Amino acid sequence: MQKKMNKDIYTKPLFKNNPITVLVLGICSSLAVTVQLKGALVMALSVTLVTAFSSLIISLMRNSIPNRVRIIVQLVVVAMFVILIDQVLKAFSYDTSKMLSVYIGLIITNCIIMGRIEAFALGNRPWPSFVDGAFNGLGYGLVLAIVAFFRELLGSGTLFGFQIIPQTWYIENGGWYSNNGLMILPPMALILLGCVVWVQRSIDKEIEE
Amino acid sequence: MIDYINLFIKSIFVDNMIFAFFLGMCSFLAVSKNVKTAAGLGFAVIFVLAVTLPLNYILFEYLLKPGALQWLSPDFASLDLSFLSYIVYIATIAAFVQIVEMVVEKFAPGLYSSLGIFLPLIAVNCAILGGSLFMEQRGYANVGEAFTFGLGSGIGWFLAIVAMAAIREKLAYSNIPKPLKGLGISYIITGLMGIAFMSFMGIKL
Repeated sequence: MQKKMNKDIYTKPLFKNNPITVLVLGICSSLAVTVQLKGALVMALSVTLVTAFSSLIISLMRNSIPNRVRIIVQLVVVAMFVILIDQVLKAFSYDTSKMLSVYIGLIITNCIIMGRIEAFALGNRPWPSFVDGAFNGLGYGLVLAIVAFFRELLGSGTLFGFQIIPQTWYIENGGWYSNNGLMILPPMALILLGCVVWVQRSIDKEIEE
Repeated sequence: MIDYINLFIKSIFVDNMIFAFFLGMCSFLAVSKNVKTAAGLGFAVIFVLAVTLPLNYILFEYLLKPGALQWLSPDFASLDLSFLSYIVYIATIAAFVQIVEMVVEKFAPGLYSSLGIFLPLIAVNCAILGGSLFMEQRGYANVGEAFTFGLGSGIGWFLAIVAMAAIREKLAYSNIPKPLKGLGISYIITGLMGIAFMSFMGIKL
């Protein structure tokens, strides 16, 4: 029994209970960072760290938080971790920090974090809460990476900033190819995400609405 | 004056919180199932944005900005507290939402029960915190501009959620491929609406 529950914690958030495509959490701060794969991965990593550690802390304190003020307590814990991440990014990777701009700060109000704390960490022991937070962050990162992969490849012909589509293919160099400018625009992130949901629900009929 | 009108129009249409920055998507998708509740949440967002933005502006200007504490004593001229901005903003927003909730509960019980769970949810609506962070990043010149920006973004959010709710009410009767039903089609529609809103780009009075 114990073993089965643990396995569920690891696998469910990645596919069956994916925070973005099934639970509809944490879309707010995610889509704008998917123009490039690098930004998406940094964002995913930050969210994973914040979710995991704030779940851990809240789970440790869960018996001493008064019910009425729990939202404020949760927000303060989460905000503290986000400030840490923000300062680290500013110090060691200033370009990425500039690129992600306000979206790092918006991790505070990312619904995944509050959602996992409310739904899981408040009622479970610290270690499962930590794992649950981490894997929900990874599930979020997975969707972000898929969307960013297509947007960067089709929109700018690069991956992680390296040119993938050969230069000679481009129209400017006498070829036949040109980048799809639509992919860089914000609305395409939503349409791609809609397609991801479509594919996922075609594979797994159980989560259809 | 024309600057304010410009900023107002721009924050409603061009820099629309939902279609240009995806802020507040969670409640946008969760609450846009019928027009009436969507409008209720929209009004609450307008109100909270229009009040917390000037408040946070004042806090940033006189407490957090590099050298902002100079009015207390010249010794503080080199102090930079701007790294605290996240925690201060979210505290202001959470506290303000709590106050609004208590006031509404006391003086307008009817409105309170119709808004129900949405009021506390606003504290974690990304559009509100996003508004404050954009305000800091774009460096608005005074409280008036911060207020105009807050009001405009709120109205933009309101328009978006009401339009979305109206479309989804109609969508209930249409024949959509099964796996796409519900969430999938909502994402795609939001994307298409976003493309439509892009036609406002570059509008200037």
